[in-house]
Amino acid sequence: MKIHEHQAKQLMAGRGIPVPLGRVARSVDEAVAAVRPLIEETGNPVVVVKAQIHAGGRGKGTFEEHPGVRGVNVVTDGIEGGPSAAEERVRELAQQMLGSTLVTIQTGEEGKLVSRLYVEQGIDIDRELYLAVLLDRAASRNIVMASTEGGVEIEKVAEETPEKVLRAEIDPAIGLAAFQANQLAHGLALDGDPGKNFMKFVKSLVDAASDLDTDLIEINPLVVTTDGQVMALDAKMAFDDNALYRHPEIADMRDETEEDPAELAAKNAGLNYIKLDGTVGCLVNGAGLAMATMDTIKHVGGEPANFLDVGGGATADQVTIAFQIITKDPNVKGIFVNIFGGIMRCDVIATGIVEAIERVGLEVPLVVRLEGTNVEQGKKIIEESGLKVTNADSLLDGAEKILELTGVSQ
Amino acid sequence: MSVLVDKSTRVLVQGLGKTGQFHTEKAIAYGTQMVGAVHPSRAGSEFHFEGDTDHSGVPGRDDKYSVDLLVYATVEEAVAETGANASVVYVPPPFAADAIMEAAAAGVDLVVAITEGIPVADMIKAKRYLEGKTTRLIGPNCPGVITPGECKIGIMPGYIHARGKVGVVSRSGTLTYEAVHQLTLLELGQTTAIGIGGDPVNGTNFVECLEMFENDDETEGVIMIGEIGGTAEEDAAEFVEAEMSKPVAGFIAGTTAPPGKRMGHAGAIVSGGKGTAEAKIEAMTSAGIVVADTPSGMGEAMLRALG
Repeated sequence: MKIHEHQAKQLMAGRGIPVPLGRVARSVDEAVAAVRPLIEETGNPVVVVKAQIHAGGRGKGTFEEHPGVRGVNVVTDGIEGGPSAAEERVRELAQQMLGSTLVTIQTGEEGKLVSRLYVEQGIDIDRELYLAVLLDRAASRNIVMASTEGGVEIEKVAEETPEKVLRAEIDPAIGLAAFQANQLAHGLALDGDPGKNFMKFVKSLVDAASDLDTDLIEINPLVVTTDGQVMALDAKMAFDDNALYRHPEIADMRDETEEDPAELAAKNAGLNYIKLDGTVGCLVNGAGLAMATMDTIKHVGGEPANFLDVGGGATADQVTIAFQIITKDPNVKGIFVNIFGGIMRCDVIATGIVEAIERVGLEVPLVVRLEGTNVEQGKKIIEESGLKVTNADSLLDGAEKILELTGVSQ
Repeated sequence: MSVLVDKSTRVLVQGLGKTGQFHTEKAIAYGTQMVGAVHPSRAGSEFHFEGDTDHSGVPGRDDKYSVDLLVYATVEEAVAETGANASVVYVPPPFAADAIMEAAAAGVDLVVAITEGIPVADMIKAKRYLEGKTTRLIGPNCPGVITPGECKIGIMPGYIHARGKVGVVSRSGTLTYEAVHQLTLLELGQTTAIGIGGDPVNGTNFVECLEMFENDDETEGVIMIGEIGGTAEEDAAEFVEAEMSKPVAGFIAGTTAPPGKRMGHAGAIVSGGKGTAEAKIEAMTSAGIVVADTPSGMGEAMLRALG
């Protein structure tokens, strides 16, 4: 689960990890009201207005409705004009940003609707660094990744100048050892106060990752201020969904407006659904087989409309909801049901399919491939239902048949 | 021979909820030696299982089974009383990593963790705990391990398997069934099929399984089934090229998966351009592995690899 930057910073601040002062705003008035207290408290006349969406690249992203406005805006009007001038500029920006669509390199062309802003104090930056805590799957441990190249995509740095990416493996029984923090500080050429501040920062961040069950904490950039502070200028946090049960306060931070409504509905029904851009809807049991079904549709010349894993013990109700979700997608021109019944019996799935169609209706061609436990009974149930369903003998056969029926040429 | 499990394997079950009971019954029907159960609050009680075996009517095999499983409070006690050398974990996610560690502490040789949804941090700790111990962990979030005709530990349907000459190792449950089914129809059969699971942190990886199959006399070829996320398949390809004499076929799921999205399995995600299907297929192909275009072609790919 992802959270917003302002939520991540709130969590960090609560743990004593330095972040700039800021206030979240859901309306223009709230954004304006944030300005004066920030300027007065920090003595810095500069404030920053940041769109809060679950996607990166905001600094360079622009608004569909206001191509001249970026996702992150530094407001310097307060330097000469005082707090009132800053307030006026923030009002103007908030009016343009709130309710508008921000398009960044990570949002795709459709962009994301901005419904909250974060108004933050300006920071005098000396250096920009990169810092992250994430899982290294090969090591089966979390690692700290750090780099002197802050503010740019770390994947690019790792690709072009791998020697600039520092790593420290975290022993789960020990946490980050002091010598490792020191090695990282040394590798980033941080000494004196900034070095000490960095060591404290990275240690706290590793503890936060462990205490909060994060999948990822990424601070990009981590900044060293002109007075030697080390601070998170941006913060991205994602959490292990499987561990959310022990962090109700974080689960409460979920912003459902950031999620695809169909994906959310599926999740609430215990289904795994991901929307794609193609025309062939898929309903499959098992994650691997569901991916492979999409791949096979593509292999024979089609485009999958979705990933959908009904899991190992789907009920007739779940199958119905799955059909509803798939048929709601206007791009879907045909549906391919691919089931390898292991513990799940094919007759149960077949009954679910028949019931689902009776309840939901079906206006597009349907190909069903059943294999495994009680496959003959399953096929019989579908045949006897009188529904217009095409049977397939294998995954490949099913993919070819649904393509033929949807009229997409191979 | 076979790997990991055979008819001498004595299995405990940890977690006797609905799922655990259901699959314990299926395992017994298949002929697996289930020797005890562990459940702290049900210690001393007994579970009775009886019915027709999967091999009813097969000459020389029992037509019916009738088994009483005694429930023990701890794995340590269960091992001492039953001589169990393997354990299967159906314990719910919040307690599953602890169950794995308990089995390892009791000196069980093999722990098969079926549970899906264990927090990553718990698995990191459990893996750390297993370091330096002799216990091998398979899974979690996997269908289990089966040596056809001898021992079935997990949730796979027994009847699609047939004893034969191909080792199967896979990150996906239903794709394993696809491969096994095709191998059975092609009369190649399986020595052992291992589901290593769909989580980002798991007990046993491809390389370790490939090594076991390489050293197993009965195994003549191996099918490995991977998916997007991580670099386990690339590591496996390197191992195949450098160390394996036996032919390997394979399949990778997720060519069409969009980046940054978790495709059902916790570990199936392309992030930061890493873990793509293309990179894995490329690595496997250049290591001489015959990679099937579609899952329907996995058995055929094995046939081609066997030559």
